[in-house]
Amino acid sequence: MRESRTTDSPADRGVRRTVRRTLVALAGMFAFAFALVPLYDVFCQVTGLNGKVDTSGQALVHEEVDESRMVTVQFVTRGSAGLPWNLEVETRQMRVHPGQSAEVYFAFHNSGATGSWARAVPSVSPSNANRHLRKVTCFCFDEQHLEAGERLELPLVFQLGRDLPPEVNTVTLVYTLYPVTRDEAPLQSRATAGKGDEA
Amino acid sequence: MRTFIVWMAGCLVVTLMVPVAMAQGWNMPVGVTDVSREVHSLHMTIFWICVVIGVVVFGVMFYSLFRFRRSRGAESANFHEHTTVEVIWTAIPLLILIGMAVPATATLSKMYDPSDADLDVMITGQQWRWRYEYLGEDVAFTSSLATSREQIRGAEARDENYLLEVDEPLVLPVDRKVRFLLTSDDVIHAWWVPELAVKQDTIPGFVNENWVRINEPGIYRGQCAELCGRDHGFMPVVVHAMEEEEFDAWLVERKEAAAQEAMGVDREWEMDELMERGEGVYGNICASCHQPEGQGSPPAFPALAGNQQLIEDVEWHLDKVINGVSGAAMPAFRNTLNPVEIAAVVTWTRNAWGNDTGELVQPAEVAERLAD
Amino acid sequence: MAPKLPPHHPVEQSTSTAAGGQAAEHPAPPRGLMRWLLTTNHKEIGSLYLIFSLTMFFIGGIFALVVRAELFQPGLQLVNPEFFNQMTTMHGLIMVFGAIMPAFVGLANWMVPLQIGAPDMALPRLNNFSFWLLPVAFTLLLSTLLMPGGGPDFGWTFYAPLSTTYAPPSTTFFILSMHIAGISSILGAINIIATILNLRAPGMRLMDMPLFVWTWLITAFLLIAVMPVLAGVITMMLLDINFGTSFFNAAGGGDPVLFQHLFWFFGHPEVYIMILPAFGIVSAIIPTFSRKPLFGYASMVYATASIAVLSFLVWAHHMFTVGLPLVAELFFMYTTMLIAVPTGVKVFNWISTMFRGSISFEPPMLFSLAFVVQFTIGGFSGLMLAISPADFQYHDTYFVVAHFHYVLVPGALFAILAGVYYWLPKWTGHYPHLKLSQWHFWLSVIGVNLTFFPMHFSGLAGMPRRIPDYALQFADFNLASSLGAFLFGASQLLFVWLVVKCVRGGEKAPARAWEGAEDLEWSVPSPAPLHTFEHPPTFRPDTPH
Repeated sequence: MRESRTTDSPADRGVRRTVRRTLVALAGMFAFAFALVPLYDVFCQVTGLNGKVDTSGQALVHEEVDESRMVTVQFVTRGSAGLPWNLEVETRQMRVHPGQSAEVYFAFHNSGATGSWARAVPSVSPSNANRHLRKVTCFCFDEQHLEAGERLELPLVFQLGRDLPPEVNTVTLVYTLYPVTRDEAPLQSRATAGKGDEA
Repeated sequence: MRTFIVWMAGCLVVTLMVPVAMAQGWNMPVGVTDVSREVHSLHMTIFWICVVIGVVVFGVMFYSLFRFRRSRGAESANFHEHTTVEVIWTAIPLLILIGMAVPATATLSKMYDPSDADLDVMITGQQWRWRYEYLGEDVAFTSSLATSREQIRGAEARDENYLLEVDEPLVLPVDRKVRFLLTSDDVIHAWWVPELAVKQDTIPGFVNENWVRINEPGIYRGQCAELCGRDHGFMPVVVHAMEEEEFDAWLVERKEAAAQEAMGVDREWEMDELMERGEGVYGNICASCHQPEGQGSPPAFPALAGNQQLIEDVEWHLDKVINGVSGAAMPAFRNTLNPVEIAAVVTWTRNAWGNDTGELVQPAEVAERLAD
Repeated sequence: MAPKLPPHHPVEQSTSTAAGGQAAEHPAPPRGLMRWLLTTNHKEIGSLYLIFSLTMFFIGGIFALVVRAELFQPGLQLVNPEFFNQMTTMHGLIMVFGAIMPAFVGLANWMVPLQIGAPDMALPRLNNFSFWLLPVAFTLLLSTLLMPGGGPDFGWTFYAPLSTTYAPPSTTFFILSMHIAGISSILGAINIIATILNLRAPGMRLMDMPLFVWTWLITAFLLIAVMPVLAGVITMMLLDINFGTSFFNAAGGGDPVLFQHLFWFFGHPEVYIMILPAFGIVSAIIPTFSRKPLFGYASMVYATASIAVLSFLVWAHHMFTVGLPLVAELFFMYTTMLIAVPTGVKVFNWISTMFRGSISFEPPMLFSLAFVVQFTIGGFSGLMLAISPADFQYHDTYFVVAHFHYVLVPGALFAILAGVYYWLPKWTGHYPHLKLSQWHFWLSVIGVNLTFFPMHFSGLAGMPRRIPDYALQFADFNLASSLGAFLFGASQLLFVWLVVKCVRGGEKAPARAWEGAEDLEWSVPSPAPLHTFEHPPTFRPDTPH
């Protein structure tokens, strides 16, 4: 039995050392699980996994427009439950050359009886086009407030990089409007969502 | 030797049963697209490789079990390692795996083809139905289970396509590349039609992409493949693939019908008309959660029959139907039902099952709410 | 490389000490309930774990039978879909976390000290604590079924947002119970690592350890690595549900797919946590009843270690349909296929051990042989599932259900049963009743295959998993599966009777209960006295390394 051993027998010291090391490993792995959240965001932005979008405004890159190539850009807007808003886009699709910058207006409209907050969450398909779609001016993830019946038009200025993979001919940008419960808003804006506010 | 013959005969019998099983529909369908054919042949290739490995491995095992039985007086040898053999049986599986990976990689690359499509369809998963939008065509509709509750409960005989029948199938043309954009309004669903070899998760807030080019006209059935809550088992997918001309005609017809419906918004509707229409909409869309008699299944799905708030406050009622409830199963119907349908179903729920408010909501009122 | 299994261990020393039974220096244990509540003895705690696991196995089994009864024929007859979902979820959670894992921990508690010549586990009080956390965790989990809105109904994989935004109110209790069960596993793993690394008999090197000890050592490291990740995931769920964060909520800038990545980063190693100790048990039993040393001891150890390492690189093969980029699909397909290599090595080694042996078919051997065959079948379907384009068709169908049940029931569970039959004489001093054991084996084999083999076909024919009702073309397969499930369930009652009978009496077993058994545990008397190896035996491998 353990009691029959002296407390600092080599085995006991070994056990203590093992326990210390495993506890350190445990704490490390628990922290690692949380570290995976930002790591995943970085990974998504690099690979375009899941159409997850870089939310910060990007600089317009001055590069030669590739006149030889036309790419269709589609815009899809969607609402969600609990939000009496409409989101409409002035044109559902446009054709642009890689390298060319283009502008498209989105109209937000609150058809509800009271003012409310919402945010538009973007997603891009196909995923390998994601990092080549540079959004120069964008309302992505911004929390918007509209009074009852208010209408607001916001521009999206974007540019498709010249290095867009050659097989991609159509890029789809989908915006989904989600309600924001304002008193919870500070908690809800995690690092990712927060970045959008500066864009 | 005798055990070897018995073993090989046994294996042969099992092997011969495979085509029989396949003919019985016990296997993955070959499907009706080039991709589905490739997937099927990949599946069969790997299956046969596994069968061959199984015959060899289990053959040696059963041979040993028969040949080296203690009851037959077998004396045990004492070897316990053999480096050459161990290297060989590490290397051979590796080579077989590479042999499998080559065609698998080729097929997978073919599936990830982002080239231009002739038609874009947006597929939205909702608890527990599918919404289809033909992008740029102004045609959109919701597709829900059409199998009756009586069949599910066993009160009626179950028909051939039990649980695989919808009110409005997704209509697609053959020989054209159709691109699917998939997303969800609530939880994760997965849109799956085995004959098309397309299974893709629909994820709230994100879009996924897939595509299909169907070779043969026909009706192809599938189901939601990702657990999405209570009625996960009751949201089938039905694809009706038509010849191109037929499809074009269908599309024109649908556009006209939508225009016709839009005109109906402006006129004054009678109670009877709205009630009749509303009962239909309720049965298709609402009854799966709020139950046919409006009794609901609290706490997740509140009762509508005798619901005081609903009876007293028409504004509240309209708001819930049009805008939904955030973070709950109640979707916003502003984008999925037209003003006539919303007015009809609200009128129906306000007057059915003893809710007799006598109130009638005109489509024009709903249209105004949606627009202003 | 180092061959193992010296034919004779010199163990007279320990036998003489132990044979005296409870030595005078040990105070009399408290009686009744307090004895079990306060025990720090590895054998008693091992028994507690095994009894707990068996109880959970029956509770989870009853849930499975509710599911199978509903699926007996098309239509909704017995339960409503809400309850059906709770049953599939609870069945999975209870079997994974309440039955299979504690059973292996119980076997480790009993056998690891005996196999390495240690007097007890390294941290006996912690051992007591980690066991008693389990009944707390699972009572809490089961109580959610009685709460308003019901228990967890989102599958054992609890994908967000179904398990967060759309979950029943009891989900917070579910998270708490998972935390407690997770802490229990972690503490158990620390204890096992500390024991194996520090308390081996003098002279026993790592490469002299029996494979059950080796596989458990590697399993314990896996537990240390991934249980904190599970804790992290469920903590994020808790924050999303109760504190307004948006880790997995797209509306707030989060991503539901992130949940799946984190879950399966835990989940895939978890799958191996449930199978590696099974490899260890089978690697002990097959040489014993082939009366021939295990073939390729060293390659077994290396194969186990490589499976463990690979398990961290394959998680996304559970997510082939979420819309991964092509490169990710290819990467995870290749790494997953690679696992077939070390797994193949293990199967070849077992078969080579039998080759030119002197084989007899006692119950532990029967279960081990069934393990090898049926685990390999599960391995084949696993290989098919690894092929990403084909997986688009298999994913979330009954083909997957068939696959993982082949790996877990005739795989992990049969190995546990084999281990129980193998070590029962050591625990109780009696052999289990032979005829009954054979009945139990054959009924189980028939039941298990009748249940799970048709699921391959229903899956390929297009039946999605986790549905309470199905189209008519799946009716025959489901009928067969349900009949098989009831047969399998009923035959486990036989097992309980058999174990009770064996505890009460039966043919007396000597210290070395099986003729070909070589490891250290067979040097102490049967039944093993409460305290063994109080003075460590001298381990002398007879072949030089």
